[in-house]
Amino acid sequence: MPDRQQTFSKVLELIEPMNKKGVAITDATRFAQDLEWDSLTVLDFVANIEDEFDVMITMNMQAEIETVGQLVDSLQRLTAAK
Amino acid sequence: MTDLFAKFDPLIQQRQALLDSGVTDPFNLVMERVESPTVAICNGKRTILLGTYNYMGMTFDPDVIAAGKQALDDFGSGTTGSRVLNGTYAGHRAVEDALKDFYAMDHAMVFSTGYQANLGVISTIAGKDDYIVLDIDSHASIYDGCALGNAQIVPFRHNDTDALEKRLKRIPEGAGKLVVLEGVYSMLGDVAPLKEMVAVSKANGAMVLVDEAHSMGFIGERGRGVAEAQGVIDDVDFIVGTFSKSVGTVGGFCVSNHPKFEILRLVCRPYVFTASLPPSVVATAATSVRKLMDSADKRAHLWENSKRLHGGLRQLGFTLGTEEPQSAIIAVIMPDLETGAAMWEALLHEGLYVNLARPPATPAGMTLLRCSLCALHSEEQVGEILDMFASAGRATGCLS
Repeated sequence: MPDRQQTFSKVLELIEPMNKKGVAITDATRFAQDLEWDSLTVLDFVANIEDEFDVMITMNMQAEIETVGQLVDSLQRLTAAK
Repeated sequence: MTDLFAKFDPLIQQRQALLDSGVTDPFNLVMERVESPTVAICNGKRTILLGTYNYMGMTFDPDVIAAGKQALDDFGSGTTGSRVLNGTYAGHRAVEDALKDFYAMDHAMVFSTGYQANLGVISTIAGKDDYIVLDIDSHASIYDGCALGNAQIVPFRHNDTDALEKRLKRIPEGAGKLVVLEGVYSMLGDVAPLKEMVAVSKANGAMVLVDEAHSMGFIGERGRGVAEAQGVIDDVDFIVGTFSKSVGTVGGFCVSNHPKFEILRLVCRPYVFTASLPPSVVATAATSVRKLMDSADKRAHLWENSKRLHGGLRQLGFTLGTEEPQSAIIAVIMPDLETGAAMWEALLHEGLYVNLARPPATPAGMTLLRCSLCALHSEEQVGEILDMFASAGRATGCLS
């Protein structure tokens, strides 16, 4: 399993170009409320994450992921399972 | 008591701010009279219609109208029943036969709307352990079909064949796969690379559904859509379409060669648990579908209209959704919602109706003035349309 901090940094890197509000990102940052992403922005972002980590994050799984921390944890699990 | 409507407050405020600026509500227009497929009276003013999806102008076709009137006389105003109970009349069978002939396919199933056709087919054929892979810019009816069912949903970047292939390859071995594509995407009017995408889908063991709502009647040698134009219609498992665009009435359908297709009539809830289309509607649809088979001249004229409007708008200095005209939809990209609403109103004052489209219906947060051309727009009308865009553009500062 990759280092959690490494995964977090990579996620941060992918969030930044879409972080129009310049929100400071922590594990607790919420995609919808704090970053104010609409549904299409979320889908674009997830597509980037999927290709970066070569994993599949279905929309069904996205419903369970509200914060950056939850995404990082899911990615840790998904990459470990490969 | 928590007001359940509180969640709509941001939208209510945005809308109020727009109306307070004095602009006409773009989502509340009433057509007082409709003279033809291309002209209506709005606010007492003669208005050219350039936002109706009435691509082939069948709404006032004399044969279509006559068929509808005859069916009203012979079968009454409505069926008051489900297709599987008392709601299948001779006309419902006749329109399904017309569709089978139009597409040269074995099976056709007619729904009460195009929205319900996507909702029904997608939610029913993809079950809990199956995967649906769909384009991110898919129509709301496709997303809602996914939401109604239990399948795993995997979106891919718009019109990106590599992104589709990557996602197909990540799906576990042995799982059922449905790829959902559109022939023409209605927001920007761009066409999907179906040739490549269908090949990739088949190579990875997926079934393919293509929504040809915005291409039927117009694109392809026989008007069967983008899959026909790109030579892959035989590899497409399901084509979904609508009667509310080129066909000129309302209703939806799915055609297929799948040998077990007919079972859907018993298991597809949006087909079973709703009333069937009125007899007059299926009669107009059947007549219209059959006439669309032999409409090569109209298709050619519509292409001319599309090319001329696209070239003309570009020459005026507008930014368009596609580099080249790819369909009968020309999308004019506006810098923001306020400018878009102002331009929309200025065009209406000139005597032109187009669709104002805004997020979340549009990709990448864009505000669009969406123009859909009709085969019955005359050369003179296209000229008038360009003149109106020029003066509205100057009046609103969109053009210098």
